[in-house]
Amino acid sequence: MLLSSLVDASRLQFALTAMYHWLFVPLTLGLGILIAIFETKYYRSGDESWKKLTQFWSRIFAVNFACGVATGIILEFEFGTNWSNYSWFVGDIFGAPLAIEGIFAFFLESTFFAVMYFGWNKVSKGFHLLSTWLTAIGANISAYWILTANGWMQNPVGVAFNPATARNEMTDFWGIVFSSTTLSKFSHSVMSGFLVAAIVVIAISCWYLKKKRNKEFSMRSIKYAGFFGLFAIVMLMVTGHSSAVTVAKTQPMKLAAMEGLYRGENGTPLVGVGLLNPKKEWNNDEDPYLFHISIPKGLSFLANMDFDSYVPGINDIIEGGYKYVDKNGEEKTAISFQEKVERGNMARRALALYGQHKDNPDTLVKNQVLSQAQQYLDENFEYFGYGFLKDPKESIPNVPVTFYSFRIMVMLGGYFILFLLVCLWMWKKKIIENKKWFIFIAIVSVPLVYICAEAGWIVAEVGRQPWTIQDLLPVQASVSGVSSGNVWTTFIIFAVLFTTLLIAELKIAFNQIKKGPEGIKWN
Amino acid sequence: MEVGKTLWIIILIKLVVIFLILRIFFFKPELSSYDSDEQKASHVIENLTKLP
Ligand code: HEM
Repeated sequence: MLLSSLVDASRLQFALTAMYHWLFVPLTLGLGILIAIFETKYYRSGDESWKKLTQFWSRIFAVNFACGVATGIILEFEFGTNWSNYSWFVGDIFGAPLAIEGIFAFFLESTFFAVMYFGWNKVSKGFHLLSTWLTAIGANISAYWILTANGWMQNPVGVAFNPATARNEMTDFWGIVFSSTTLSKFSHSVMSGFLVAAIVVIAISCWYLKKKRNKEFSMRSIKYAGFFGLFAIVMLMVTGHSSAVTVAKTQPMKLAAMEGLYRGENGTPLVGVGLLNPKKEWNNDEDPYLFHISIPKGLSFLANMDFDSYVPGINDIIEGGYKYVDKNGEEKTAISFQEKVERGNMARRALALYGQHKDNPDTLVKNQVLSQAQQYLDENFEYFGYGFLKDPKESIPNVPVTFYSFRIMVMLGGYFILFLLVCLWMWKKKIIENKKWFIFIAIVSVPLVYICAEAGWIVAEVGRQPWTIQDLLPVQASVSGVSSGNVWTTFIIFAVLFTTLLIAELKIAFNQIKKGPEGIKWN
Repeated sequence: MEVGKTLWIIILIKLVVIFLILRIFFFKPELSSYDSDEQKASHVIENLTKLP
């Protein structure tokens, strides 16, 4: 009971910090690139109106950057304090990408951001442009390293476990950096940042049109943001599909939860819209849905690019016995939850034996025991984490949260395609300023795009429960011995700190928007 | 107040709260109480093997 309340408090705290952090990040990723495009136009044309445009959006970028910077550090504190077993167990795998992120990308981003902000009229036009591009690229490279760390937790490749230190050691740096999970996470998350930036720029510009001011500025911004956003949403569909393919291979339980799928089949349909049956449990015969409209064979295609392929459901994964192709491309028969638990227990016992004998003064016994333990570990380590589970229910993520978040993300994705097409068409016809309804929709789209991006992370993170490291370490084995009271105290401090930052950001940003491009004085 | 100044103040307050208050008083890495890596490893092995 105590452990579970500590786990829940630590998870809630981590979720709060990560979700607040992600409120600040996507705009930085996308707006940086848009600003660099605007400044390139200025550099090439020498037209002062491009400069004004660049400077105004840089101001919004700066407000978001100042409020968001360093909010991610708190996540790293939480690893050490609340998730100490996990932090130790991941060894240098997690540390290396985060260190590269901290030293290289963060400093690149911050240094050139300073030039971008303070450098107008102080450095040459060319150097200023270079700094803007490097700030934008630096932010995206930062994201790459963070997502490498996250991708490894979801798909732990390129490592060997050392029982003497109880740490995972890197055996294939490039395998980790370029794993399919990291690549799909990076492309999908960065594109979501581009979409967020496009929608924010369009909404603010529409507001100016409504107020009948800064017309030329707004129309130009809408044009560029519109095409940028359209590119992003098309790429989101493509990368969303490749994310699903990766998830199907590496985290089949997450995919099953995303769909509320309990029994798989060849040619599994994709639920377009649906309502889950709250009475459904993995071990009863209730229908999983109260109602649903499905696309025939859709999930088989989304997951495996093959309309007739087999996709396992929650019960199939628990019972095992179906054929699948593993991440190395080999065909295998899935083992049951119970077998995984047995093999996980064997690995845990082998680690215990190793720990007891590693300092045994009798070298003969020591060598024999260690080599036996090592062999058991080698054979069973891939299921290590199952040794902490007892009931199959523990291996199932929260189905309703994963299922509905996935639908919110995908449906809003569909909505944004429509929105951007209509927006660009209206921009071409020059009729946006007279269409109050459209301006209203554009402004409402800002919270919607943030909800969409947050829903994506909920799918990715809630859907992978109970694992902090897929199949190797569940949440209950990852936490530290801190008191849950302590976790709640910091939870409240974070909630207050982040909410204050968010309010500050919104207040300052609204203020700057009201002042408009004409109110900008740069040094 | 100039917006640049406001943003600097926000950054500074935030850094103070994060590094001087949260880090020092609330976020002591659990394993920092051990001196050597061997002790840390033994502690984690014990946790990973004794849990129910
Ligand atoms: C329209 C089709 C889309 C599909 C098929 C799709 C698919 C997916 C999948 C399968 C994941 C989970 C990946 C994982 O757990 O590793 C995911 C995560 C995510 N999605 Fe989407 N998505 C779509 C649209 C969008 C849109 C429009 C946005 C944002 C504005 C978005 C933002 C995210 C984010 C931020 C994540 C978490 C990061 C990640 O795991 O990549 N997605 N998406």
